[in-house]
Order: sequence, then C-alpha cells, then structure tokens
Amino acid sequence: MDNALWAFGRVSGIISLVLFTGTVLVGVLARSGRPLLVVPRFSVTLIHRNIALLATAFLVLHVGSLMLDSYAKLNVTDVVVPFLGPFRPFWQGLGTVAFDLVLAVVVTSLLRHRIGPRTFRAVHWFTYAMWPIALAHAIGNGTNGTSRWFLLLAAGSAAVVVGALAWRVSANFLETAKTRQGGLL
Amino acid sequence: MTPVTAEMPKVVDRQGPSGTHRLFAAGNDAGLAEHVQTFGALPLHGVDARLIDVVEASGLTGRGGAAFASWRKIAATVDARSGAPLERKPVVIANGAEGEPLSFKDKALLAHAPHLVIDGLLTAARAVSGGQLFIYATDAGLPAVERALAQRHDSRSIRLVAAPETFISGEASAVVNGIANGPALPTDHRRRLSESGFKGRPTLVLNVETLAHMALIARYGSAWFRTEGSDRDPGTRLVSVSGPAGDRLLEVAGDAGLGDVLSSADIDTSSIQAVLVGGYHGRWVRPMGYRLSPTGPASHTVRPGAGVVHALPDSVCGLETTAQIVGYLANESAKQCGPCMYGLPAMARVLNSLAYGGRDPQLVRELGRLSRMVTGRGACHHPDGAAQLVGSALEAFSAEVAAHLAGTCTKRMGRRS
Amino acid sequence: MSETLHIDWTRCDGRGLCTELLPTLLDRDDWGYPLAKRATNGDRSNVAVRPAHSEAAREAVYLCPKMALSLANQVAGFGQ
Repeated sequence: MDNALWAFGRVSGIISLVLFTGTVLVGVLARSGRPLLVVPRFSVTLIHRNIALLATAFLVLHVGSLMLDSYAKLNVTDVVVPFLGPFRPFWQGLGTVAFDLVLAVVVTSLLRHRIGPRTFRAVHWFTYAMWPIALAHAIGNGTNGTSRWFLLLAAGSAAVVVGALAWRVSANFLETAKTRQGGLL
Repeated sequence: MTPVTAEMPKVVDRQGPSGTHRLFAAGNDAGLAEHVQTFGALPLHGVDARLIDVVEASGLTGRGGAAFASWRKIAATVDARSGAPLERKPVVIANGAEGEPLSFKDKALLAHAPHLVIDGLLTAARAVSGGQLFIYATDAGLPAVERALAQRHDSRSIRLVAAPETFISGEASAVVNGIANGPALPTDHRRRLSESGFKGRPTLVLNVETLAHMALIARYGSAWFRTEGSDRDPGTRLVSVSGPAGDRLLEVAGDAGLGDVLSSADIDTSSIQAVLVGGYHGRWVRPMGYRLSPTGPASHTVRPGAGVVHALPDSVCGLETTAQIVGYLANESAKQCGPCMYGLPAMARVLNSLAYGGRDPQLVRELGRLSRMVTGRGACHHPDGAAQLVGSALEAFSAEVAAHLAGTCTKRMGRRS
Repeated sequence: MSETLHIDWTRCDGRGLCTELLPTLLDRDDWGYPLAKRATNGDRSNVAVRPAHSEAAREAVYLCPKMALSLANQVAGFGQ
C-alpha cells in the first residue's frame, strides 16, 4: 500500500507539472488574443482554465498521497508552511511555496468576477514565479528528479516556457498589435 | 408657478434684473455686499424639494454642454436618496472645470460672481437635502471663490477642489472620480451618478452657470427667468465668443440668433466664412442664420453646448483648423477606451492628410467610416464629440474639401504649395 | 424580458471572445474592439440582446478576460 501511495505521489506530481506547463503555454496564447488554428478564442480560454483545474487536481492528489504515505510523512503544516519538513526541507519547501501560489491563483481566478480585475491580475502574475519554483522542486526533491529522462523533460519544458515568454514580451505579441502600432499620436 | 418665492416675504416685491444682463448684474469682482445689494439675500430657509417644480417651470437646462433638463437631475437625486435602504445624503458638486479651450465663461463667472454660484450650490443642496458640497474648478477659478467663501457664514460645508487643466476633466463622471479618487478621468457608469456617484452616494453635478441661474430662479421665480429667451430655450446663457476680434464674453437670451451674437461681439459677419458653435465637440455652421438653442431642427438651430462661438475668418482654411482641433482632441483622450484611444488619432491622421496635401478621394470616405466607428463607444462622449466636429467640417467646408482634393486651397493664407 | 449587454470600455482590451460568441450582435473594429452592429439611440456601449442570444451573452460575460461585460435588464445614464 505504501509503495503504491509513494509511486502515485511521484507520478501525480510529474503529471501535475506537465499540465501546469501546458496551462502556462495556453495561458500565454490566450493572452495574445489569438485563436489556436481552428480553435476559437473562447475555447482557448476554456482550455486554459480546464487544464489548470486538472493540474490542480493532480497537485492535490500529489500532496494528499504523500500526506498519507508513511515514508514522506507530510503533515498539514508542511503542506502550508514551507521549509519545515524533515526530508530535504529546502527542496520540499519550494514545493510548498508552489502549492500555496497555485491555491492563491486558482482561488482568485474562480472568484475573479467578485474580487475584480486588479487583484485577479496581480495574483495571476505569481504564476510566473510558481512554475519555475515547481520545476526546481521536482528536480531537487523528486526521486526521479535527476534521472536523465526527467532532466530532458524539464529542459524541454523550460525551453518552451522561455520561448513563450520571449514571444509574450515581443512587439507583435498581441493579435491586434499591428493595427494598434503607431495608433497613438 | 412660483411656490417658493411666495413663501419669501423679504423678496416678494423685489424685481430681478431686467434684460439679459443678469449673472453679472452685481458688477465686476462683486463682493458679498454688492451681491446682496443687487440680488437681495438668498431666501435659503424657504427652499426645499418643491424647488424642483420651480426649476421645471423655468425650463432651465444645464449650461455645461449637454443641456439636460436641470430639474430632472435634481429630481433623480431626490429619488435616489429616498429609495436607498439607508438614507444617504446626496453630494452636490458645482462644476467649474472648463476644459474647453474656447470657453472662458465659467472662469469669468467664478471670478466676478462667485456668490451667485455659491448661492446656487446652497440652493440645490437644500432642494436635495445634500450633505457634502464641492466647488470644482481649475486653479484660475479658485482664488475668487475662496475669498467669497471667507466673506460668508452659510457656506462652511463647501469644499474647494482643484481640477486639472485637461479637456475632459469637466465630464461629470470625471469630476466625481477626480474629487473622490484623484485622477479626473471619466468612469464607466452603468448607474446614473444621481443614484451612485461620489463614494456610492447619490450625486448631483451641475455646471456653475446652471447653479448661478438657479440662485436667481430661487429668488425671482420661474416666470421671471422666462422673460428672456424663447419657449424652447428660456432664460439667458453666457457665451464665450472668440475670433479675429479677440475674446468677448456675452450674456445672451436663449434662442439668440447667431448673427446677432456675432454682431454683439463686434465681429463683422461679412469677413467670416464659418462659425464653430459648441466648442471642440461642437458643429461648424455657415452661413449665420442659425439660432442658438439646445432643441430645434438642425437646419435652423445649432446647439450652443457650453456656450462657445468661434468665428473663422475668411482667410483661414477650415480644414486645417479642424485638423488641428482633432489632433488636440486625440491627444486629450484619456486613453482608457480603445475606440477613442486609437480611433481619434486615426481620424486626426486622415484629416491632416486631407488638410495638408493628400488628394485621395478615399480620405473623405475614410473619415466618415472612422467617425461612425468611434461614435457611441466610450465611457464618455469624447469620441462622439470629435466625430460630430469632423462630420460638420466636411459639410461646412465641402467646397474646401473639393479644392484640396484637386490640389489647391481656396484660402490665401492656407499653407498649400 | 430583453437584456442589455454593457461594455465597460475602460476595461475592454478587444481580445475578441465576445465577438466570437455573439457574431450576430458584434463585429470587431480596426483595433479588435467589439463593435455593436446596431446602435440604440447612437449608443453602442449597451447592446440589446434578444432571448435567443441570452445564453451566449452570459458566456461572454463569464469568459471576458478583462471582465468588461455585464448583463442587465435595462441601462440608463446621463450625459455630461
């Protein structure tokens, strides 16, 4: 049973990370205002939301299974307060930080029509901190963290996210960038 | 129709100023003594919500530009107050932020007749059982008001707030935003300001000239107010006249003839090719047979807006003048709303091209397309005003447009080569 | 009861989701912002929504990334 929980904890963590990578990529695409080939803009936004919720579900399973696991022995405090755990407290703490940020981003996203655009936007920016922290946690804390296949996966993910960010800050990022350029006197 | 004055024995015999010389009847730089001597004391204790009926009977409309029936605004504020679950005292704001570059009547009114504005504000506040009161004006207008407030004891509840020198700082939601939060930028208003304005309270924003008229209506009644002007545009209005002869401030009867207004300002109408009425959000008209009235057929009447009349001499190209104005309006966009932020500069570019050498007939069509595109799409009416100005310019200067497209300009002083 | 879709232009960034969801009511202008095909008394910030489009309008309100849309049964506003 313990072995199963342990394995499930690891796998769900990796799935969650991959899904969050996808969330970031689709989120950047949604922010550009562009459709994805034949997929319309509102669907891109829905995909962004749904992958994010799926990723969060796997994250909860990841944390939950490791709380039940007798080897990892995570307690409630470890889940919320970083850097207190018994095993590799720094790397595990990064995971806790990422988890807290995910909770903040998800909660403010679901409540965005109530809290208004300012708070929503401000908290949503934390995604850009959350993702590399989660990646570092996976490498530093994961059983497979330093295995070759995982490092390749991590490097590939980092490359596409950095690429997406470079596109995000480029001049022609917005779908409407061209018509709006030079539009101001 | 004068229930309020009927209750005011002190002023019952008093006649209001006769003729159109009303708002400045107490003379230049009128202090409290001259003010009271000329107009009599303000019968403030007799004022209550019944003032709404008096103002309705007077036919007073807002003198800030939109010419909205003043009594409706007051009544809506009263309704919002009584409709609220917790009684919230309305906020009343005297709006003297005169962002329109061609207008100077509000500054003059605040400088020479500040007591009339204060009287009007106290009167309006009394009618709506107002709480906080503000006078909002640019730095130029404030010192005289400050001196006036220091002379009286009934106006301690009034606070002065400085307005920035921007074109849109006087738009009603920008006024409320500026006083409540700092930036004088228009806000999206799903709900009327009379329902939810300053910090969510019912808010009544009235132009300072509107309030000055109201102060006189409270004294002399609606029938007196209607002794000048016409049925569709009763009373008087201040008009800032500018043109080749310099600037002139006039108080004219409602529904005044445009030609008469120009003559009164010593402008020789034979040397004038067109007149911009209503300011930068207004309308170019020619010839001079129009009447200045907020209502009436567009073929014979032109809306005075905030009372701006600008005469364009024969020697100046109307397209160039309009292009400069639209460039200014584009610059003065608050850049909050996309259609205004991008549409106005686009209009300015096309009009500039037409004014300074472009010969593509598509330019005119493009101006029409852009004008229709921006209209009705913003938190305020800035894009609508710009579109109206451009549309009227194409009409009033149609001969000029044809000349420009043919590569010439009919004006000697036009800078076309 | 007919509804009105209100566009808060101070929030709108012209991302185009609403124009996809309500193609019969909205076009996009040169810069991507929603352009009501029909004006109501010159007003194109409050777009009349027929019951047939009510569901899509609700979707647009929910999905607008800038939260610039809202639905109401009626809208009124003073000018200046």
